[in-house]
Amino acid sequence: MKTKSKLNSNTLLLLITIALFFVLYAGGCIAYGAKGFTHFQTFLNVMITNAGLISVACGLTVVMLTAGIDISVGALVAMDCMLLAVGMQNGIGAIPMIILVLVIGLVFGAVQGYLVGYLQIQPFIVTMAGMFFARGMTAVICTDQVAITADTNQLFYDIANAKIILPFGGYTNNKGVYMAPFIRVGVVIALLVLLIIFLMLRYTKFGRSLYAVGGSEQSAAMMGLNVKMTKLKAHILCSFLASIGGICYCLNSMQGSVQQATGFEMDAISSSVIGGTLLTGGVGNVIGTFFGVLINGTISSIVKTNGKLASSWPNILTAALLFVFIVIQSIFAAIREKQKA
Amino acid sequence: MKKEKTFLQKVREWPLLLPVVALFLVMAVNIIYDAANGNNPFTFFMITLQNTTGNGTILYGRIIDILNRGSEAAILAIGMTLVVSSSAGTDISVGSVMALAASVCCVMLAGFGETSVTELRMPLIFGVIGGILIACVCGMFNGFLVAYLKIQPMVATLILFSAARAIGFLVNNNMIVYVRNDTFGKIGGFTGIIPTPIIIALVCVVLTALILKKTALGTYIQSVGINPKASRIAGLSSVAIIFMTYVICGFFAGVAGIVKASRITSADPNNVGLYMEMDAILAVALGGNSLGGGKFNLTGSIIGAYTIQAITTTLYALGVSTDQAPVFKAIIVIMIVAIQAPPVQAYFRKRRAAKLALQQEVA
Amino acid sequence: MDKDVILTARGITMTFPGVKALQNVDLTLRKGEIHALMGENGAGKSTLIKCLTGINDFEAGEIRMDGIDGPVKNHSTRDAQNVGISTVYQEVNLCPNLSVAENLFIGREPLTALKTIDRASYNKRSQIIMDDLGIEVDVTQNLENYSLAIQQMVAIARAVDMDCKVLILDEPTSSLDDEEVEKLFKLMRDLKAKGVSILFVTHFLEQVYAVCDRITVLRNGTFVGEYPIAELPRVKLVAAMMGKDLDALEAIEKENADFDKAEVVIDAQGISHTGTVKPFDLKIHKGEVVGVGGLLGSGRSELARSIYGADRASTGTLKVKGEEVKIAQPIDAMNRGMGMLPDDRKAEGIIGDLSIRENIILAMQAKRGALKPIPMKEQEAIADKFIDLLSIKCPSREAKINQLSGGNQQKVILARWLATDADFLILDEPTRGIDVGTKSEIQKLIIDLAKQGKSIMFISSEISEMLRTCNRMVIMRDGEKVNELSGDLTQEGVMNAIAGGEK
Repeated sequence: MKTKSKLNSNTLLLLITIALFFVLYAGGCIAYGAKGFTHFQTFLNVMITNAGLISVACGLTVVMLTAGIDISVGALVAMDCMLLAVGMQNGIGAIPMIILVLVIGLVFGAVQGYLVGYLQIQPFIVTMAGMFFARGMTAVICTDQVAITADTNQLFYDIANAKIILPFGGYTNNKGVYMAPFIRVGVVIALLVLLIIFLMLRYTKFGRSLYAVGGSEQSAAMMGLNVKMTKLKAHILCSFLASIGGICYCLNSMQGSVQQATGFEMDAISSSVIGGTLLTGGVGNVIGTFFGVLINGTISSIVKTNGKLASSWPNILTAALLFVFIVIQSIFAAIREKQKA
Repeated sequence: MKKEKTFLQKVREWPLLLPVVALFLVMAVNIIYDAANGNNPFTFFMITLQNTTGNGTILYGRIIDILNRGSEAAILAIGMTLVVSSSAGTDISVGSVMALAASVCCVMLAGFGETSVTELRMPLIFGVIGGILIACVCGMFNGFLVAYLKIQPMVATLILFSAARAIGFLVNNNMIVYVRNDTFGKIGGFTGIIPTPIIIALVCVVLTALILKKTALGTYIQSVGINPKASRIAGLSSVAIIFMTYVICGFFAGVAGIVKASRITSADPNNVGLYMEMDAILAVALGGNSLGGGKFNLTGSIIGAYTIQAITTTLYALGVSTDQAPVFKAIIVIMIVAIQAPPVQAYFRKRRAAKLALQQEVA
Repeated sequence: MDKDVILTARGITMTFPGVKALQNVDLTLRKGEIHALMGENGAGKSTLIKCLTGINDFEAGEIRMDGIDGPVKNHSTRDAQNVGISTVYQEVNLCPNLSVAENLFIGREPLTALKTIDRASYNKRSQIIMDDLGIEVDVTQNLENYSLAIQQMVAIARAVDMDCKVLILDEPTSSLDDEEVEKLFKLMRDLKAKGVSILFVTHFLEQVYAVCDRITVLRNGTFVGEYPIAELPRVKLVAAMMGKDLDALEAIEKENADFDKAEVVIDAQGISHTGTVKPFDLKIHKGEVVGVGGLLGSGRSELARSIYGADRASTGTLKVKGEEVKIAQPIDAMNRGMGMLPDDRKAEGIIGDLSIRENIILAMQAKRGALKPIPMKEQEAIADKFIDLLSIKCPSREAKINQLSGGNQQKVILARWLATDADFLILDEPTRGIDVGTKSEIQKLIIDLAKQGKSIMFISSEISEMLRTCNRMVIMRDGEKVNELSGDLTQEGVMNAIAGGEK
């Protein structure tokens, strides 16, 4: 029996994304080679800056696979940062605070997941309320900017500043000093999350049921899967990963503030969509999401390296990319619909 | 079996029940709070004339303040009501579009490039039209995605939710543009003794009500929202109607943005319209409209908008800060949609039926 | 229970609010047979299936299965699967975004020692299952890469692999082409040979005679009879389904009037709709009632929809009163004086939450455009006029339409089109699911409208009411016009035409 085509539109979308990343990065190298864009460290910096985003975007991919969405993640990250900063400022240890943040993520996700799964409220409304709730709670915890310094918590400070030197890819600068490439703890956490979620989606019952629910909720139910529970679990996982992302984010920003991570949900959603996750659910994987994050990171990096472009450009470009990919998805969906008829 | 409805049944079916009850609750909280603090318990309802240095004699009082500050939410609620009705989704970009409209308006009035002016560089009306026009374009963009490309409303409007504010910054050249001018300030200030935003909101509401009354649009929008397939068979174009509601929503976001800009005499994309999408959606839900689309009740939405402002004002009076207020609003939204949720409704129906059966058995 | 019987259902009764959906229905399935369940719309086929699979909770009667002591009562599809009853529906209930193998095993995947799913193992097992059934697929490919027929077969394979003894196929062939149907039949025969009992629901007569051993016929929620295939020729089957015994034909009084043959209102040439209607010519005169007969799925509704623009016609030209017109959407047709009452009243007819008045004036308003609203006084007058004219029973004209009974809802939709003063009306099953009194009222109305010079295309599953009202009948089968009858319409002639061929 012949199949219609081995290379279906979804794989095509992923390939476009990966190609887009390389084109973008090559473009950056050509335009800003003189400013050091070609160094391996530039790429590593993109990873370091976006470690939190990788984790958050993985969580969003999980929820979006079930045809849901979660726009509360940005606010949750802000709340996590504030909690960490304020908690440690008040003398609570780094480890207890991190555990607390993770538990809050679980609870937050459970509430949202219950409302979405069991009460069948639109995920957008639920998570929008979640977004405002978390953002507001951030202000309830503290309305000021709270910085985390070595005085606040030595352990946290050390983790944040730890450099993990890579044995390859260094370069000698113009003063003749060898610059060893390095990553930070956040990157390790993010890559671990990426790996675990990748394996989970591919090799566990839960992972496959996410795809089934997103592919067709009714069919999934008919085949005996617990749709409500799957959605609940997806939201718990998403908020949990957002909390891990929040910790990574905090390791970079080293502060808590109400205005932190605004628009972060947008970056995560667009990373996921650019990476080939369908808004209608059932299609996508975290490898694509990873490239989506890299594309977003590269855009920011290029805008920053340029130095003259307004700081709002990354936001606009991310939204524009999201727009383009949504339109492509909708066109593909229309073509598929037509083929069926 | 009684055919006639009891008074209680009538009350339960009254469409404005939810917003009015909410409004009364807020008033009660105010009365108790004032009484507990040893103030006149009816401070909430007092309206006085006061002399101010800037604006001369004006109306003053908590109700006036709520009506004044609730104007933007009320204006937004008009558009949001129509969007929810026709497409069963919400436009979450309205707050950001407000910011963009404010930026365009102020930048034009400041003659492109200046960051602070006291003299208008072009007639006021040009700036106002410019701001509203860009907001309408945003509405068209949203409408195109939702109506023509059939993208979920909230995903489609998410694009501008994020981008419009950023574009606002771009227009402003990354600055806050101040327009400290009396003519411009009047929009968010006072006309005679009455705050101008109240008048603008009133005009918007009356205009919309008139249009809905004098054309068949109201029926069209509801019909498409309730059953798009049947509406098509009956000769309506659901695509065009949904598109139109998004443009209308954009238009009102523009108006609200300009009011807000004038109120703070500047265009600050970070703050204009912040969290306003939440207020607008909440107003619609609180107004007794189903977020699942279909029948709408504009009066309910407007009362809902002012109720929310009353809640906000009350929260502030209780010492809650601007940044913290969303916590409470989020909880209220969830409570309202949870009551509307199908499983919860089914539960209530079941209980009511059981009760009825019991009553009949007894009888 | 007989040794060769696998499942019996006796005296199944089920009511929905206000409707007796099933009344004392029996069903007997033998081991290794293909059993057809036949009946027109509303006969109770789906309700019966849902009772078997645990979706519906029936009130009286009992189901017994071979090997199980006592009556079986399923409360979910899962329960049903556990006792060995699986269902495959017309719309495939699988996930198109997963691989064939995953669709076979999801929810019951074999696990490795690490509690992860054992992909290699179930891929291998899937390939064996599919090879066994003679279905050529690469099980690692996504399901959406395969045709509907293959998807259908994968669904069947899943059911069979879950150890099902009774396989219910609910209209599985509706969207398949001839070649695909043949493949499905081969699979069905293979399964039969393996001892699986198949309950086959379809509305294609040809297919029943091609694969089935026995037929159970339902009508209006009641059990008509069970027949071995050889004892029930086509015409008798049609008669059993439609409720007219050929031996006792009642005299049907013809009430329709003459019409003017000179004036052609609708002249459709080569109208087709890909997949459902083959190119079709049709002329309708002023004051004429044309009946379109045929079984469900024969393309009768689709033809109407293509003319009206509810579905865009793929080919063909349409002339209205001699003038060639392009119809892209319903409003174009409306502006040419057409109106359509769709067969699915709930999905495409009523605007549930709007009032009776609003529902009546909707089409009229759509024709006038949004900027010219009908004044409230006039709206009320129009609504009152039609409520009176059609004797619509309602608490008030401002009551919501979904509070009315089915027949009254249908009258409101009729009023909607009468209000537009349309001169060509398409009525698709206007009398379905409504009480007898209202039925005859609507039939009378159709005749009156024709007398007033309106042209009507009338689609119905009930031959008798078409005989009573139509001047001419067009018979469709498999999307094609197979016959056109005019002059003296007889029940026998029409049934023969619908059943097709003498067997």
